Amino acid sequence: MKLTKNELEIVEILEKEARIKTEDIAKMIGISVEETEQSIKKLEYNKVIVRYISLIDWTKIEDHPGVRAMIDVKVTPKRGVGFDDIAERIYRFDEVSSVYLMSGTYDLSIIIEGKSMNEVANFVSRKLSILDSVISTTTHFILKKYKHDGIIFEPDNKDKRIVVSP
Amino acid sequence: MNSTKSTYVSKMVSELKPSGIRKFFDLAAGMDGVISLGVGEPDFVTSWHVREAAIASLEQGYTSYTANAGLLELREEIANYMKTQFKVEYSPDTEIIVTVGASSAIDIAMRTILDPGDEVIVIEPCFVSYTPMVTLAGGVAVTVQALKENDFKIQPSQLEAVITAKTKAIMLCSPNNPTGTMLNTEELQAIADLAIEYDLLIIADEIYAELVYDEEYTSMAAIEGMQERTILVSGFSKGFAMTGWRLGFVCAPPEISEAMLKIHQYALMCASTTAQYGAIEALRNGRPDVDEMVKSYRRRRNYIVQSLNEIGLTCHAPGGAFYAFPSIESTGLTSQEFAEQLLLKEGVAVVPGDVFGESGEGHIRCSYASSLEQLQEAVKRMKYFIDSL
Repeated sequence: MKLTKNELEIVEILEKEARIKTEDIAKMIGISVEETEQSIKKLEYNKVIVRYISLIDWTKIEDHPGVRAMIDVKVTPKRGVGFDDIAERIYRFDEVSSVYLMSGTYDLSIIIEGKSMNEVANFVSRKLSILDSVISTTTHFILKKYKHDGIIFEPDNKDKRIVVSP
Repeated sequence: MNSTKSTYVSKMVSELKPSGIRKFFDLAAGMDGVISLGVGEPDFVTSWHVREAAIASLEQGYTSYTANAGLLELREEIANYMKTQFKVEYSPDTEIIVTVGASSAIDIAMRTILDPGDEVIVIEPCFVSYTPMVTLAGGVAVTVQALKENDFKIQPSQLEAVITAKTKAIMLCSPNNPTGTMLNTEELQAIADLAIEYDLLIIADEIYAELVYDEEYTSMAAIEGMQERTILVSGFSKGFAMTGWRLGFVCAPPEISEAMLKIHQYALMCASTTAQYGAIEALRNGRPDVDEMVKSYRRRRNYIVQSLNEIGLTCHAPGGAFYAFPSIESTGLTSQEFAEQLLLKEGVAVVPGDVFGESGEGHIRCSYASSLEQLQEAVKRMKYFIDSL
């Protein structure tokens, strides 16, 4: 789908701040609120805007269990469907948050979320490794999140400028 | 103690008026929770790859002086930059000097061209340093007023009216601080025609040239016949968000450049070496950063201009820089009163327009180089302030 200049602006603004008011978007682009609303509806309808989600720093929440791991998976592609079939078998698991087909030394990159390391380990050994096409897996646990999807988790937002300057 | 000697300070400097901005700085600096729209610099921190390049230069031990005119490598990048972005060709060997911010470029330009009593036409409202720099160079600043009814664009007839046999140059800043007004090609051409007719120099402060939002930018030096009579001042502060690095440059014909370099070498030796290495990286790989920042400023400009108009502070959409310059005449206050009361009552710092010159009276300068949240809160407080009058 080819976007107009204004639609592209809307998408860029919303990607950074999904809770921004429609009136504010309209002002920033210099178009009417109605036009902005219509464009957003169209973008939602066409699934250009897939969902509005929040980025939560779960480590800030006390006693919240949760670990993330990235798993490199080598697989045997199947005739006719290539990697799509095995990718689908993997992404259907609820624990799996992302699946990417990669170039390089392995084929699929998977990000999985579990309550504990044990749970992730169980997923790998009991659900992932045993799949027919899976040749090998390498699991890397994420120890700390510094930056995610362009967002720095503990940014230094202090305005270091002097208050008034020429 | 000798009580008859009242001061060691020279007469000229004693008579120099302190910048009107200082007063507001002192007032605002002592207050908590101030939202400042008074800042004349980007809210972006310099891009990491630029900072990283500067750090790397320090690690590698590049801590000595550079050539007086600046690193040749940097001057070559500047020449390339001026050619690709602004369609003007300068020789890195004889026509470009790297300076300590655009301010020092303006300073050496004035000192280079002025004999005692020579006149420079300064178009107000403008950056607070132009007139003092003319004075300090022994010249006479002749001010003319760009008027609100002309969207703060100076009319050629206004310039022509003040040209005398002593006029040496016109000081021109587009896009302008504080009005944000940008002159298009035709408007520059009209001023260029005058300069050619009366054999004047133009000192073109093009520090905001990267930050334009509607029309394509034209450099004064790109106008036919003008490069030979233009001293083009620019730098990295605004477009590349590098204010604190204090790095600018000046491009001028060889004869003037050579003369300016004499002052520069005696007064400053050279600009900061570390900053120069950062600037090389900025010019080589910083284009996407500039584009991103311009996009962000444009959105915020649109937002603030419409919001100010909605609360009764009328302003035109400025074509460049990052300032809105709304009229506050409807409130019946002077710009000093407005700015002071707004700061004390609502904690919003703006700069009163009269500090930039006579025709700035009745206006305030609002910098929109602040986050959208800050701008929203500032507008809210300003509305509250106006309603309470």
